[in-house]
Amino acid sequence: MPSIAKPIATHPTLQRNSLGLTIRDYEGSMSTLCAGCGHDSITAAVIRALWELDTEPHMVAKLSGIGCSSKTPTYFVSGAHGFNSAHGRMPAIATGAAAANRDLLYIGVSGDGDSLSIGLGQMCHAIRRNLRMAYILENNGVYGLTKGQFSASSDIGSKSKRGEPNRMAPIDPVRLGLALGATFVARSFSGDKEQLVPILKAAFTHRGFALVDVVSPCVTFNDHEGSTKSYKHTRKNTLRATQADFVPPQSEILAQITKSGTTAVTMHDGSVVNFTAVPKDYDPTDRRKVAAYLDDQPANAVVTGLLFIDPNAPDMHELSQSSPTPLRDLAYEKLCPGSAELERLQEEFR
Amino acid sequence: MPQYIRLIAQGKYTEAYMVNRESNVFPAILGRTCDRPCEPACRRGRLDGAPVAICRLKRVAADLRGEISHLLPKIPKESNGKRVALIGAGPASLTVANDLRPLGYEVTIFEKQNKPGGLMRSNIPSFRLPERVLDEEVGVILDMGVEIRYNSPVTSLDALLKDGYDAVFVGTGAPRGKELDLPGRHDTPEDKPRIHIGIDWLESVAFGHIDKIGERVLIIGVGNTAMDCCRSSRRLGGKDIKVMARRPRGFFKASPWELDDAEEEGINIVINHAPKHFVVENGVLKGMQFERLEWDADAKKSRVIDEVFLPADDVILAIGQENAFPWIERDLGIEFDKWGMPAVDETTFQSTRPGVFFGGDAAWGPKNIIWAVAHGHQAAISVHNHCQGVPVTDRPRQGSSLISQKMGISEWSYHNDYNPSKRQKMQHVDLTKRFQQLNIEVELGFDPEQTAREVQRCLNCDIQTAFTENRCIECDACVDVCPVQCLTITRDGDEADLRTRLSAPAINLTQAIYASNPLPQTGRAMVKDEDVCVHCGLCAERCPTAAWDMQKFDLMIPYAGAPCTTSSVLA
Repeated sequence: MPSIAKPIATHPTLQRNSLGLTIRDYEGSMSTLCAGCGHDSITAAVIRALWELDTEPHMVAKLSGIGCSSKTPTYFVSGAHGFNSAHGRMPAIATGAAAANRDLLYIGVSGDGDSLSIGLGQMCHAIRRNLRMAYILENNGVYGLTKGQFSASSDIGSKSKRGEPNRMAPIDPVRLGLALGATFVARSFSGDKEQLVPILKAAFTHRGFALVDVVSPCVTFNDHEGSTKSYKHTRKNTLRATQADFVPPQSEILAQITKSGTTAVTMHDGSVVNFTAVPKDYDPTDRRKVAAYLDDQPANAVVTGLLFIDPNAPDMHELSQSSPTPLRDLAYEKLCPGSAELERLQEEFR
Repeated sequence: MPQYIRLIAQGKYTEAYMVNRESNVFPAILGRTCDRPCEPACRRGRLDGAPVAICRLKRVAADLRGEISHLLPKIPKESNGKRVALIGAGPASLTVANDLRPLGYEVTIFEKQNKPGGLMRSNIPSFRLPERVLDEEVGVILDMGVEIRYNSPVTSLDALLKDGYDAVFVGTGAPRGKELDLPGRHDTPEDKPRIHIGIDWLESVAFGHIDKIGERVLIIGVGNTAMDCCRSSRRLGGKDIKVMARRPRGFFKASPWELDDAEEEGINIVINHAPKHFVVENGVLKGMQFERLEWDADAKKSRVIDEVFLPADDVILAIGQENAFPWIERDLGIEFDKWGMPAVDETTFQSTRPGVFFGGDAAWGPKNIIWAVAHGHQAAISVHNHCQGVPVTDRPRQGSSLISQKMGISEWSYHNDYNPSKRQKMQHVDLTKRFQQLNIEVELGFDPEQTAREVQRCLNCDIQTAFTENRCIECDACVDVCPVQCLTITRDGDEADLRTRLSAPAINLTQAIYASNPLPQTGRAMVKDEDVCVHCGLCAERCPTAAWDMQKFDLMIPYAGAPCTTSSVLA
C-alpha cells in the first residue's frame, strides 16, 4: 500500500538549533499542491529560515487568503498559530492580530491573485501602515486553482498554456511597494534558495512591512515555452541585483565586511544585512535610486535580491502610539474600564 | 531479500520460501542456524542500529509454507548418461545434487554416517535445529532421485575414480577438531575419556553415543562450536559450565546472539584465561591450570598476571577445525599445499585434476553453511560444463533488470512507508522447560505480530531511485521532500569535494556518492548520498516530470543448466 506521508526517519547527523529543535520540527503537513510547484520550495525556504533563526514555533502566526499559495501555511511550522482568511483579506486579519498581540512574528502568504487583484487595496493599506509582518507573495502569473487564466502579474506577451498571449499590462508588486513607501522590498525565485533563505531571514527580522515577491513557477499551467514565469525563463533572465547575507546579532563579530562594493545595513534588533556584489552606486536604502536602477534594466529582466530596506521607519504600533504591552496581556479592567469611564469620556465631548 | 520479505508481508509464505530456496536451498535450516553474513550489510542498521531480522524471517516463511512439491524443478525420467559422485552428504554436496538432478545427471552420494546432513546434523544440536526440519529439507533433495550410500566412507579416491564417474565432487567438510597438546592431555584412560574434541563430542551426542556429562565442565575456546558444546552440556547434566576465553569480550569468534543465548542458560564465560596444563591425578581428570592474562587495548599483546586452577569433571576442546584428506592419494594429479590443503580454483572449484571438484569447508577450511551452498551452486555449474565438454572457465553471466514500480498517481507497487518499529526479539522456551529434553527447540520463531512488524522494517533496497537528468527542471521538490536529506543539486565536482557540499553530511565513506550528468537548465548536477535513503519514493512522488522514478532491480543469478532465470514461482 503506497504512502505519501513523509517518513519520520531522519538523517543520523540531523542538527539542532539553539532551541534543541531540528529542521523537521518546523515542517507542517504534507503538501497537496502539484508535484514540482514553486510554492513548495518557498515553504522549504521558510522552514529553513525559521529554523536557522531559532524561532519558537508558538511565537509565529501564519496568515493567508485564498489560492494555491494560501494553502501553504499548512505545510510549515505545524506548531504555529494560523488563520486562513477570506480571499484577499489576509492583511486585515494580520492587522487585527498584530494589534492584539504585537509580540508574534506574522508571516502572511499570498499569491498574485490574492494580492494584486481581489486583495490589492488590502495589501496597499498594510504597506501604508507599515504593519510589522513578512508578506510573501508567491507569484506565478496565473490563476492555477481555476485552471490557468492570466493573473494581474502576467507580463505582456506571456503565453497561456494554449498559446494565447496576454495583452494587459502587469502590476509589478516590487514597484508598487516602492511607490507606496514599503520599508522592505525584495524579489527572489523559488528555485534559488541560496538567495531566498537570507532574504526571508531579514524579512522575518524586519520591524515593519517586508514585501517579498517570489517568482514561483506553476508547473501545471505556466511552465511552458512562451511563459515568462517558467523555471526556464526565470533562470535565463534573472538579474541578481544584490546578494544579501543575514547576520544575526550574536554572531555580528564574525561578520567580515571587507569586500569593496559591500554595503551593510543594521536592522532594528542589531542584526546586520550585508549586501555583497551590488552594482556600482547601488544603495539599498535610497528609494529613488533603487527605482531608477529598476527603470534602467531590460524589460524582460527578472531583477532579484533584497532591493530596498529602511530599517528605521516606525511601524504601525509606533505610528499609533499603542501600548507597548500587547493588548492581549492587558487586564480586562484596563482594556474595558466600564460604563462609568465611558460616561466620563463622552462627557468630554459634550 | 526484499523480494521475499515483501512476499512474507503479503502472507505468501510458499512463494517467499521458493524465492529463498532458489539460492540458499535450505531456508528452514538456515533460518535457524545461519551465521547471517547478510545482516551486517542490511542498511536498516544505519538508521536505527539494528538490521532487519532477515534470518528469523527466513524461518517464518519456511515454517508457514504450504506444499512445494509442484513448484520444485521437474526431474527427467531419463538419465543424461553422465554419472557424478559426491563425497559427503553435507550442504555443499546436497546443493550440487539439487542443481544436477533436474538436468538428468545420475548422482551418487557417499556418506560415512547412517544419516544425511553432514555437519548440519552432527555439529548443530537438535535444540537449535530440530531433526524433522533437517530431515525434511534434506529429504526434498534426496527425493529428486539421488542415490545415497550410507555407512560408506570413501577410503580411496583412486578406487572411486576407477569406477568411471564423469565427475567427482568432494564435500567432506573440515572434519578434524584441533588438538590441544598440553601436558596431561593423554593421561586419562582412552576408553573413558573426560577430555573431548568438541566437534567429535557433538557428533557423538547427535548420534546418541553420549548422553551425559559431569557437573563441572570447562569448554576451551569461544567460537560457535564452543557455544553448541556448552549448551549441549547444560542439557546432559552439566551444572557449573565455564567457557574459557583467552581474550576479552569483543574479540570472540562466536556470533553475539549465540553468546547471548548461552549466557541466558547460565553458562559462565570466563575471559583472559589461557590454558596451561591439564591436571590429572591417577588417571582421573581434576581440572585445568590457567594463566590469567592482561591484554592491551586492541587485544594484541598480553602479559601473565598469575595462575589459577579450575576444577572440572570434563573438558571439551573447541578451538577450531581442520581439513583432512588421508583418503586422497597424492599421486592422482591433485595438488596439495604444505598445510595439506588442496589447490582449488576460486571460480570453478576444480582441483588440479580435471573432473575433481571441491566445495564447502573441504575447499578452503571452515566457513559456514551458506558458503557451502554457494560453493555447491558454482561447483554444479563446473560439473555440468565439464560433462558437456564446455571449458569450466566458461561461466554463465549474471543478468539484471530494472523495472518501474509506478502504478499511477500516488500509487507504487510496494509499501513505501517507513515503519519505526525496533527489531523484534526472538521468544525462547522457558529455561525450566527447555532442559527437560535435549531436542526441545529453544527459539519459538516469530509470532504473526512480530513477523508483521519485522517485515515492515525492510527498506526495499532493491527498489531504487533512478534519475533521468534530461527531464529535470530543477524545481527542488525532491530535495525539499527527502526526509533524510540525501539529495542535493549543486555544481559538479569530484567525490571528496561533493561530500563537503551536500544537504546533510555524507559520513559513510564506503558508500559512493551518485552524481548525475549536467542538468539541462543550469548545468549543475543532481547528487545523491545513498547512505541512509529509506526508499520512500517521495522524490519520485513529488517529481513533476518523472525525472525520478522508483525502479526494481533484479539480479538474475545463473545456475547449472539454467542461465539467468528469474524466480520460477514469479515468472
